[in-house]
Amino acid sequence: MTARSGESSLEYLQRKLCSVYPDLCPLFSIEFADGVLMVPRSVLHKAAEDLKEIGFERFGFVTAVDHGDDFELVYRLQSGTFGVGLFLKTEVPRCEAVMESLTDLWPAAGWQEREVYDMFGIEFRDHPDLRRILLPEDWVGYPLRKDYKDDSVIPRPDYI
Amino acid sequence: MALVDSLTSALERIPGGGIILTSMDALADWSRGQSLWAMPMGTACCAMELIAASFSKFDFDRLGTFPRPDPRHTDVMIIAGTITKKMQPAVRRLYDQMAEPKYVIAMGNCAVSGGIFYYDTYSVVRGADAFMPVDVYISGCPPRPEALQDGVLQLRELIRTRSLTDAPTYERDLTQPGLDAARAGSTDAETLIGDVPERPASGAGESL
Ligand code: SF4
Repeated sequence: MTARSGESSLEYLQRKLCSVYPDLCPLFSIEFADGVLMVPRSVLHKAAEDLKEIGFERFGFVTAVDHGDDFELVYRLQSGTFGVGLFLKTEVPRCEAVMESLTDLWPAAGWQEREVYDMFGIEFRDHPDLRRILLPEDWVGYPLRKDYKDDSVIPRPDYI
Repeated sequence: MALVDSLTSALERIPGGGIILTSMDALADWSRGQSLWAMPMGTACCAMELIAASFSKFDFDRLGTFPRPDPRHTDVMIIAGTITKKMQPAVRRLYDQMAEPKYVIAMGNCAVSGGIFYYDTYSVVRGADAFMPVDVYISGCPPRPEALQDGVLQLRELIRTRSLTDAPTYERDLTQPGLDAARAGSTDAETLIGDVPERPASGAGESL
């Protein structure tokens, strides 16, 4: 299967995804000229595996967004085959902030997942070495959570 | 230092010794001031200006100051940049490893007070003087290399006004009393600085 003439890399990716993995097809959308695949948490690992299969050989990064009741995990995958990147997203409930680790697919995910763990407290199951990476080991709390409280923080006064 | 100390106090007691002491003082201060080797403690963006200051265009070497990578070779620690809570023990440790007499220049707003990270930041120590003594403060974000060189000249001035006999020597332990207090969010200078003795007051303070 090759790209048709006049077809963009993203459209080609979408066509390929739909023909090889039809169940992923409805979850794929093109937003701001970037591919986004929003999947339920339970199938994220499987989806990542499939994406790796069809040509996403490089792991870009993983980060998270705090939406209050749940966190959104954002993975960036890069493909040399298609010449595009793709956002793979999922939602993780705050009360049970656990995710499967992708280190078995891309070892490069290791430190990235440690950073998300450090900043948001999202636990990555089956991660080989899940500990803090940026903050000191004895740090209490996860500073990028919206409800983080720290006595040493001086709030900015209104007049600045 | 011990030998110099006992020599100077012996000189003070013999008649006419004061004259010799004064000239020795001047000689020692002059030689100390002419070769302030720097420990480049570049912790953030200000380090770029510190590096620029040591290269050919600004030529720090003409002031007798050049960076050495080993704290045991150096006289002055130039803290250039933001000190994070994680970096704080390392900065303090390197400072403790420097040989006496030693001086500290806090370069840039971050090293002076926390700078732009003063408010709403969970990870930054508000100024180097929270956990170690500082001799010269240079403001700016970042200060220009000329400002840093001026800081070294100010430090020379400070050294010149100190006598050999009251040159500070510190008895220090390697524990970091300020660290836990700083992490706990204390802003009380007494707890943060711990048992580091105050620098003796000198005339240069006003002119700085
Ligand atoms: S004072 Fe400004 S330039 Fe210097 S380290 Fe802080 S933020 Fe960077």
